[in-house]
Amino acid sequence: MTIEVRNLVKSFGSFKALDGVDLKVDSGELVALLGPSGSGKTTLLRIVAGLDWPDSGEVFINGEDALAQGARERHVGFVFQHYALFRHMTVFENVAFGLRVQPRTVRKDEAAIRARVKELLDLVQLDWLADRYPSQLSGGQRQRIALARALAIEPRILLLDEPFGALDAKVRKELRKWLRSLHHEIHVTSIFVTHDQEEALEVANRVVVMDKGRIEQIGSPDDVYASPATAFVHGFIGESIELPVEVEGGAVTLGGRPLRLTADGLAPGASKLFVRRHDMLVGPPGSGAFEGAVRHVRNFGPVQRAEVALSGGQTIEIDAPRDKELRAGDTIGLEPRRYRIFAG
Amino acid sequence: MSAVAAQRRTLPGFGLTMGLTLTWLSVIILIPLAGLFLKSLELSPEQFWNILSSRRTLNALRVSFGLAFAAACVNLVMGSVIVWALVRYRFPGRRLFDAIVDVPFALPTAVAGVALTALFAEKGWLGAPLAALGIKVAFTPVGIFVAMIFIGIPFVVRTVQPVLQDLDPEIEEAAGSLGASRWQTIFRVILPSLAPALLTGLALAFARAVGEYGSVIFIAGNLPNVSEIAPLLIVIRLSEFRYADATAIAVVMLVVSFVIIFAVNRLQRWAQSRIPAR
Repeated sequence: MTIEVRNLVKSFGSFKALDGVDLKVDSGELVALLGPSGSGKTTLLRIVAGLDWPDSGEVFINGEDALAQGARERHVGFVFQHYALFRHMTVFENVAFGLRVQPRTVRKDEAAIRARVKELLDLVQLDWLADRYPSQLSGGQRQRIALARALAIEPRILLLDEPFGALDAKVRKELRKWLRSLHHEIHVTSIFVTHDQEEALEVANRVVVMDKGRIEQIGSPDDVYASPATAFVHGFIGESIELPVEVEGGAVTLGGRPLRLTADGLAPGASKLFVRRHDMLVGPPGSGAFEGAVRHVRNFGPVQRAEVALSGGQTIEIDAPRDKELRAGDTIGLEPRRYRIFAG
Repeated sequence: MSAVAAQRRTLPGFGLTMGLTLTWLSVIILIPLAGLFLKSLELSPEQFWNILSSRRTLNALRVSFGLAFAAACVNLVMGSVIVWALVRYRFPGRRLFDAIVDVPFALPTAVAGVALTALFAEKGWLGAPLAALGIKVAFTPVGIFVAMIFIGIPFVVRTVQPVLQDLDPEIEEAAGSLGASRWQTIFRVILPSLAPALLTGLALAFARAVGEYGSVIFIAGNLPNVSEIAPLLIVIRLSEFRYADATAIAVVMLVVSFVIIFAVNRLQRWAQSRIPAR
């Protein structure tokens, strides 16, 4: 099943939640909508689900005009950040709900409903919780039940709104892997919303980065990380050093001091220089484009993180290999191995 | 050491507040009720039975309990609709309507009785058109019913309102996206979630209507066996210095009310147990 939205616009009062969004999702894809809060990603998801309506634009699910249908007719599975389980029903009845409310003509008989619910509870590996109430489950269990409930109606597409947003870090990581393998198993076209870049890059086949109601970049996780299309994407995904620079005739200056970097083909004027933290190579003083004094060093994880005061006055954080000897007070040279300059 | 530790509590004042609670409840509620029972013991079982089985007493009890229950049921339905509108929609004057709900709480019941009587009397604003349709409200059991609805409505609204406010609109969206129609969402999701609060509201509105005196006696007409409520019969007996008769009726009202409230309470507990707190 494919999803296509064209030129969606939606405002809440004077706030533009969506400002002309076009997106195509192919059959069987698992797409992440990634962006900061207020970027319009949840609004986009809710419009596709039929829980909100756009001011203008079009939505097609499998080529059919979805805006002509209500949420009920769209056959879309929706998973809410806060689960939205029916608290007066057991886990079993929650999952069975979508089957029980079907029109009598197509409704399955009781035995078939029981079999289907059993199958779904097995799929989310929680069949032993069938008789519990939602309040007796942990957050991770509740979200898996919510997913089973959404899948019960055999949805054409599956939409997940910050599905792991309310869970703690460890459970999130487990569920991420689990969601990926589940998608591999059932292959339903899925979109999930997240503000967690790690989650998006790890789970999705394709990542849609949004900001201020617009799509900034669409690409594979590798793409958006390795070749960000805009300054926003570079700053939002991965940890970057961001420096305000001037571009003039292919030369780059930082605070009036020329840098030994090239900016061929870039329009002159104020620009932003982006370097990944681990792409800043440490050398002896005078060896690189930058020079600075190490303020302090923290040693944890696979790299050491150093705070460096550049000679121009800016403070940056770099990640250096652990075998590199760095001490507070050292003066070092820094050379970016890779960098990007964006106008503006 | 452990004995001392067990004595210590983070919240101080257990002894004091518990003592005050017991004393106060005894003085205000338990001792007067015990007095009522003791007074009724002056009657022999036979006398007691004769008073209760008299036609007038039975009719008065039937009018009181029957109409109170009917009024509570009407309040349950209409109260739920009012709560829904107040909680789920934003419209001009919402706060005003929200405040108006409390009027029956605050208004002296006699004032309410006079106002309702004037309104529903044969020449009143509502009474006249109803009379044209052949419906007589004032000075009939229908009038009692109307007064009981009037005084009971805030109880349903105020018990259900906070619970509905707590109910996440997302569960309605979830039901909708799972294919439930509006009616299915209401009857399978929303009402069952509200059931404990609805039952409490019903019980409170019923209890209030059973005990109502002031507003009812103005509009009832107070015809023995037809529109005479039990509380009024108690007052009549008292004014005739037939104190034992009065207490016998009072004891029956007390016991029946208690049994009904207790039953509703159990029912509500049962419904609540199926919806454990989040």
